[in-house]
Amino acid sequence: MAYQATDERGSSAAPSGFQALLGRFKGPAVAFGWTIVSVGLFALIWEFLWLVGLADPKLLPPPHVFMGNIGEQAQYFNTAQRWQIGADPTAGPTPYEAVAITVFSSTMRVLSGLTLAAIISISVGIAIRYWKMVENLTLPTITLLAPVSPVAWLPVAIFLFGIGNAPAIFMVFIALFFTMTLATITQIDSVNVNYLNVARTMGASKRQIYTRVILPAILPGLLIVLRLNLFGAWMVVLIAEATGVGYGLGQVIMLARNTFNPGLVFFTIVLIGLLGFFFDFGLRMAQRRLLYWLPKGAGSLA
Amino acid sequence: MSISVSCRNVGKTWAAGTPRAHEALRGVDLDVADGEFIVLLGPSGCGKSTLLYLVAGLEEATSGEILSYDTPVSGPAPDRSLIFQETSLFPWLSVWQNVTFGLSLGDMPAAERRKIAEEVLTRVGLRAAIDKRPHELSGGMRQRVAVARALAMEPKVLLMDEPFAALDVQTRAKMQDFLLDIWRGSGASVLFVTHHIDEAVALADQVVVFTSRPGQIKEIVPVDLPRPRDPFAPEAQDLRRHLTAILSAEVDKAFAEQEQEAAS
Ligand SMILES: Nc1ncnc2c1ncn2[C@@H]1O[C@H](COP(=O)(O)OP(=O)(O)OP(=O)(O)O)[C@@H](O)[C@H]1O
Ligand SMILES: [Mg+2]
Repeated sequence: MAYQATDERGSSAAPSGFQALLGRFKGPAVAFGWTIVSVGLFALIWEFLWLVGLADPKLLPPPHVFMGNIGEQAQYFNTAQRWQIGADPTAGPTPYEAVAITVFSSTMRVLSGLTLAAIISISVGIAIRYWKMVENLTLPTITLLAPVSPVAWLPVAIFLFGIGNAPAIFMVFIALFFTMTLATITQIDSVNVNYLNVARTMGASKRQIYTRVILPAILPGLLIVLRLNLFGAWMVVLIAEATGVGYGLGQVIMLARNTFNPGLVFFTIVLIGLLGFFFDFGLRMAQRRLLYWLPKGAGSLA
Repeated sequence: MSISVSCRNVGKTWAAGTPRAHEALRGVDLDVADGEFIVLLGPSGCGKSTLLYLVAGLEEATSGEILSYDTPVSGPAPDRSLIFQETSLFPWLSVWQNVTFGLSLGDMPAAERRKIAEEVLTRVGLRAAIDKRPHELSGGMRQRVAVARALAMEPKVLLMDEPFAALDVQTRAKMQDFLLDIWRGSGASVLFVTHHIDEAVALADQVVVFTSRPGQIKEIVPVDLPRPRDPFAPEAQDLRRHLTAILSAEVDKAFAEQEQEAAS
């Protein structure tokens, strides 16, 4: 209401900077509003089922229960140091700090894996198209390995890297590498031939065609591929953590399962959901920043 | 007068030597004098774009040879600029960066390039759009930027493949005037493809009419009308009538052939 009122008054005068600002945030604000409504509706149904006794609070504790006692949930978030034999259990981070550390570790693993995979697979994809010999030597193997489920790489990750950050990052990397490499090649092949011809008529060398034309032309498509694979990366990291690469959100879920603590499971799921949501949001913003030339809607998958 | 482009018995067969071989051009002999404005006219699919690609050096002729200023064409060169049928500006670059893309491939400093962009954009009447992005421009403006980009290379030969096809009649008429101004100012030779007879009569020193595929030169029609041209002058009307007659015979033939091809 308040917004409408300012709108009407402002229409006779020149639009103020404040209104322009409001206008800019209106779209995202509306989208965010609907997110809240959607999640709230889901939570309400759950609470209702609990109220009428259809949802057993021991198995399916409603949101107000598992979100109500964050302090209690937080104590289960242990960083590896606290489990080490001989460590003083009262030493180390407080429960809340432990939640932060856990979230941060999982996030950093996803981010590192994502960045590594993006850089290496785009480089490999371009190298495959640039040098025929690289294609001959690597493409068959990459195509053969592409359909292998990332989970199958888990033992390899542990053989190679033991426990800790490395195997989890490796898992994210491997989950993205093959698809991203193949996507890079597909994108290169579908670059508008007019772009290439323009560059050629102006005397661009092969190297310049790749760096100045092909690379910027394939970025939009690749960012979309990256976004589509983001959730996959999160799933893989959780699996890796659950199988004991160290502390992390996946490990907390595993702990909750082993100690039969549904509240902790749902609490962690909420955390993961929020993280995924903000990651996606961040990538979308990055996309808009980097790919300012795309018309709104096209390519944003929004 | 020196010859800017000389085609000698040029032929092009796409996918030569395969079962999908497809003859697009046959025995094209054409000389373009320095500073001459040549319009290529012919039914759709007769190989007009193909000929421009050959002259640009983007494709190789399967027979005959093409010379530019007595040097055989063996690949693309900056002094032969091609303006494409569809817009081909790089969406990730601003207008001025697009215009000077070719210069940026060397080591000309950015400040100098921007000066050149300013100058060329002024010539196409788009000085104000220098910092815009291509997606912020209309179709006609984009084609003018494409012309500016070609001019920045100071080409001796401008190859234009239906550059105004997507524009409305009024805008196209404006763009034609503007192109003639540019052409006069630059002294370049122009090879201009169109399938609009009006456009051919408005622009050309000579109209080269092609047969249906495989494209051969059917007739070269000189247009000896003083510029600026009056489209309603009786000579212009006569020329249009003549061009319409030879062209429609070819279009009929092309249709019959395509029908036959589809049936077999
Ligand atoms: N890259 C290609 N590979 C194979 N065949 C091609 C290729 N480009 C064009 N052709 C064929 O060559 C013939 C001539 O095509 P071209 O594009 O030169 O025609 P055009 O005269 O420019 O037609 P339009 O007026 O419709 O643009 C057509 O039959 C077309 O199918
Ligand atoms: Mg064409």
